Amino acid sequence: MAEAAESRSSRAVKDLILRYLGSSLLVLAIIWLLANFVADPGRSFTVLFQGLGNGALYALIALGYTLVYGIIELINFAHGDLFMLGSVFSGIIVVNIFGATTNTPRNWGILLVSIVLVMVMCGFINLLVERLAYRRLRRAPKLASLITAVGVSFIFQWWGQQSWMTGSTPKQWPQVVPNGGITIGSVTLAWTVMLVIAVTIPLLVLLQWIVTRTRQGRAMRATAQDQDAAMLMGIDVDRTIAFTFALGGAMAGAAGMLYLETIGTTFYGVGFQLGLIAFTAAVLGGIGNLPGAVIGGVLIGVAQAFNDGGPYGLHQQWSQTFIFAILILLMVFKPEGILGNPTVEKV
Amino acid sequence: MSAQTADQPWLARTGEPMLEIANLSVFYGNIAAVQDLSLDVRKGEIVTVVGSNGAGKSTTLRTISGLIKPRKGTITFQGDQIQGKKGNEVVRRGICHSPEGRRIFPRMTVDENLDLGAFLQNDKAAVAAERDRVLELFPRLAERINQKAGTMSGGEQQMLAVGRAMMGNPTLLLLDEPSMGLAPILVDLIFDTIEKIRDQGTTILLVEQNALAALRIADYAYVMESGHLKLEGDAKQLSRDDAIVRAYLGG
Ligand SMILES: Nc1ncnc2c1ncn2[C@@H]1O[C@H](COP(=O)(O)OP(=O)(O)OP(=O)(O)O)[C@@H](O)[C@H]1O
Ligand SMILES: [Mg+2]
Repeated sequence: MAEAAESRSSRAVKDLILRYLGSSLLVLAIIWLLANFVADPGRSFTVLFQGLGNGALYALIALGYTLVYGIIELINFAHGDLFMLGSVFSGIIVVNIFGATTNTPRNWGILLVSIVLVMVMCGFINLLVERLAYRRLRRAPKLASLITAVGVSFIFQWWGQQSWMTGSTPKQWPQVVPNGGITIGSVTLAWTVMLVIAVTIPLLVLLQWIVTRTRQGRAMRATAQDQDAAMLMGIDVDRTIAFTFALGGAMAGAAGMLYLETIGTTFYGVGFQLGLIAFTAAVLGGIGNLPGAVIGGVLIGVAQAFNDGGPYGLHQQWSQTFIFAILILLMVFKPEGILGNPTVEKV
Repeated sequence: MSAQTADQPWLARTGEPMLEIANLSVFYGNIAAVQDLSLDVRKGEIVTVVGSNGAGKSTTLRTISGLIKPRKGTITFQGDQIQGKKGNEVVRRGICHSPEGRRIFPRMTVDENLDLGAFLQNDKAAVAAERDRVLELFPRLAERINQKAGTMSGGEQQMLAVGRAMMGNPTLLLLDEPSMGLAPILVDLIFDTIEKIRDQGTTILLVEQNALAALRIADYAYVMESGHLKLEGDAKQLSRDDAIVRAYLGG
């Protein structure tokens, strides 16, 4: 009895210390951010805007991880590479097929059509992979589909390496979106970032609407909680899972197009790095949680931007270290992620 | 030992056959869970399947619902063979299943769970009427309508599972141990409710551990033991036969 009470109180002390440490780290991070703004407000606002743009891209990719994980508990390792394919497709469609290389109204129209095309292509590819590979593994041990996802990732990278895609080195495409942006005082709001945000926000709203308001979304949520029970409601579980993959793929396609318009070059390996960061964002926000993926993405985007370009940043060579240090710290203090369920409900 | 209807006219069943299972065998890998099972359910009946743990009762219901594919045999529902069809197609034909272990959607509200029960129903007015009927049968659900289903008590979840299955406006309702985990007073209530549902025109196939209570409300009964059909007959007669009750029904 006494022992139990003692271990309980020592656990309470440990919890308290953890919570205290966690909060002080959070306070330190906020002080660091504010210090940046005090030191150089103009540069900081410019950096913040950049960070929001990067964050929006991460969020779009993270949504694909979180959608698929939410519904079949698969970490889709190939998702980053699907984003890479999307970026290459956009170069091919916008520049090689439509010949849009300059900032004209006609080319903006082409950009709009192309983003829809790329989204449809990536959605379709993801749907196809689900149909061919993951569906038959759904009742197999988790490891089987996980390793399959790794295999699909290699296939996508091989695809990206074909000479009509990027070949084995980074390939550059001219951008429709001009460099520079609006300058207000010492703050610059880049055109590319404005495009990213202008595309991302409607997509997020659309996705949220689909998931929470439509019949298809209800089927997705039910399937995520209990596949057999969903089937007993008359839900076509196979079709619902396929739809979820298509949705995630479409988001990755949009991200690919926005990435290429922002950076101007892409190559077959870009999905690995950005995919990993986006996956981190999904975990950070609470994997399986859609708003969580967006929050995680924006958080990482902004933190990274301040690290890379802020007055008190550690600069680009520490970029990855910085991001993953955030992940590790958050996992120590809040393992379920920012919006994740603290306890896993499984009946 | 088996009481066959054909040569015992006092057991004759009058309704037209709705569900007919013939020579059904179901395996999990190499393990036979159901072997050579034949049973039928007629319109307007409550038919019960009883038997000890692991007898294959739930497996039978899951096979009817299309959650498992049988290895052998046929399942005919209103003239169409449905064995091996996907679960959602079986529901579309009018079979709803309140599964073992309740399987409600824990992170959704009672309201959302009931809505999902009517997923395939397009007639808004009919759904609203069905919902009223469910909430009238289970007033407790009405009180908890906005509560997350996962936070309800076991008995409340059981009511929700039955209510949710009713929302699909089924022709045939499959109930797997609806009395499990209920307080004795609620057990009586749920059996009364099942009779009420039947009287309102839904045919019911009921699986129960609580064999004597099930026989009391059922019209016809099947007794299973380790995957095989052991016995069938008029429910009232079975429950009056002391030898049978002692041997199979834990009386
Ligand atoms: N998923 C499964 N994998 C392997 N064997 C299974 C599986 N589900 C059930 N079984 C086996 O099939 C047999 C029948 O199980 P079933 O669930 O149909 O029994 P039951 O009659 O419903 O029993 P209870 O009254 O305990 O619910 C049991 O021996 C069980 O161990
Ligand atoms: Mg059972």
